[in-house]
Amino acid sequence: MKQALPVVTVVAVILACWYLACIPLNAAWTRDQAARAETTVTFQQVVAASYNQERPVLPAPHQVVRELWNTTVMKAVTSKKSLVYHAWITLSATLLGFGIGSVAGLLLAIGIVHNRAMDQSVMPWAIASQTIPILAIAPMIIVVLNSVGISGLLPKAFISAYLSFFPVVVGLVKGLRSPEAMQMDQMKTWNASGAQTLWKLRFPASLPYLFTSLKVGIAASLVGAIVGELPTGAVAGLGARLLSGSYYGQTVQIWAALFGAAAVAAGLVGIIGLLQRITLRRMGLAR
Amino acid sequence: MIWILASLAIWGLAWWANIVLSHSALVKSRSGRLVVPAIFGATLLVVWEGMVRGLQVPGVILPPPTAIAAAFGANLPLLWTDFIQTFVKGALSGYAIGCGAAILVAVAIDRSPFLQRGLLPVGNFVAALPIIGIAPILVMWFGFDWQSKAAVVVVMVFFPVLVNAVEGLRASDAMQRDLMATYGASYWQSLLKLRLPAAMPFIFNGMKIATTLALIGAIVAEFFGSPIRGMGFRISTEVGKLGLDMVWAEITVAALAGSAFYGIVAMIEKGVTFWHPSQRGRA
Repeated sequence: MKQALPVVTVVAVILACWYLACIPLNAAWTRDQAARAETTVTFQQVVAASYNQERPVLPAPHQVVRELWNTTVMKAVTSKKSLVYHAWITLSATLLGFGIGSVAGLLLAIGIVHNRAMDQSVMPWAIASQTIPILAIAPMIIVVLNSVGISGLLPKAFISAYLSFFPVVVGLVKGLRSPEAMQMDQMKTWNASGAQTLWKLRFPASLPYLFTSLKVGIAASLVGAIVGELPTGAVAGLGARLLSGSYYGQTVQIWAALFGAAAVAAGLVGIIGLLQRITLRRMGLAR
Repeated sequence: MIWILASLAIWGLAWWANIVLSHSALVKSRSGRLVVPAIFGATLLVVWEGMVRGLQVPGVILPPPTAIAAAFGANLPLLWTDFIQTFVKGALSGYAIGCGAAILVAVAIDRSPFLQRGLLPVGNFVAALPIIGIAPILVMWFGFDWQSKAAVVVVMVFFPVLVNAVEGLRASDAMQRDLMATYGASYWQSLLKLRLPAAMPFIFNGMKIATTLALIGAIVAEFFGSPIRGMGFRISTEVGKLGLDMVWAEITVAALAGSAFYGIVAMIEKGVTFWHPSQRGRA
């Protein structure tokens, strides 16, 4: 309760600002229309009109909610007008890419921790690659893979995998190195093999780091999948909804797609957060 | 065939050299730590070149590094105008506005525990969202030129810096704050002399994350509409023309700009937070 009240207040203030901002931003269009019809409009009419335009500059929250309701609940899930259909396409690419990326990241991190040459060769590049706007190569990957005959889910998943790969590597290497020297010595005293040390000490110790980087990774995966949908033109997916909305000036559609993407992102991060809490509690690591 | 065999041989040789180097005493020195990754990077380029030539991969799928370097050298003026348009006008101005606004808001929030409890969860939530999606909206509002790109960058950069700055302003110890109170320091004095310096490691952490976001925001926003220059514009049109060597040249510019930007922010951090444990002992 102590937490909820401030959050609710802040959200309410944001909504209020949003409603207020609608009036000046959308008023110009109403005034234009009135001037063309050679009528005058009162202030009340301008306000009322700003909340009910077909293609407003800034749609009011209730318009976005109505669009969301119309495109999720009122449409069949298989219809191309359904936001659920588009969200599913984006989500499947995200999850496939995230799976590939995090498994590859896991393998590379284990390699880095156990092999000194690999550590010193690859690790600086893995860290440096985080400063590079990898997303810029998304359109190229899509087009190139298309020209070799791979299209649909895989190219987008590939971008997602690439984006989630490096956060997982960097976080996991940190985690696998987190056991103290004393703990490592203990394993040595017990004559544990490398694999045993990995499974019984390093891997459990790395879990808090792993979950943190998985959260970063899955958010990056979703962004990758959305951006991956842009260069193919507006075919399907949340990114395509954004693009077609911006082509045809359907602002309400853009905002609805945006909120859809936000909901997917929040859901994915929430699921990983939940897994994190359950796992860490069972391991007695919860804070 | 000879290309493939040669590149595989070089790969093996370089790998062996790295194994030897990484177990020798040389890695303790500063230059040794640079040599090993440099050999690895150079090997990657050589193998790339050899494989593309050996397997005769067409240039529209993957151009060899030499072709990319040639495209880079031949189009320097074009790349420079793109760089100015996207990086200096779009990303840099947006980055400055976004970080400045975030720090100011953080200082304002810090005075009110109520706002802190309310805004932090919201800020954390927004920071995890695919904010890049607002790019089409902002392009519609601010037009095709760099202003809309800067606006996207401002929004993308704002929340990570805000969350880190609020966190940082709480980083000073109660004991240190008590000492400032004992000195009779005013709010502004304790802010400027204790809490802001103490927050710097956190703020720079956010600002380093924001460097990459700024460049990504500026480039991706150009996919939604731009004047006929800019890195995002060039990438999307050259992809359409299958001029992949030019795309890779543009990506090289993006990578260089991104790492240089990060490096400069990290260097400023080193100067500002010289007292912090993470900076000490790294002469």
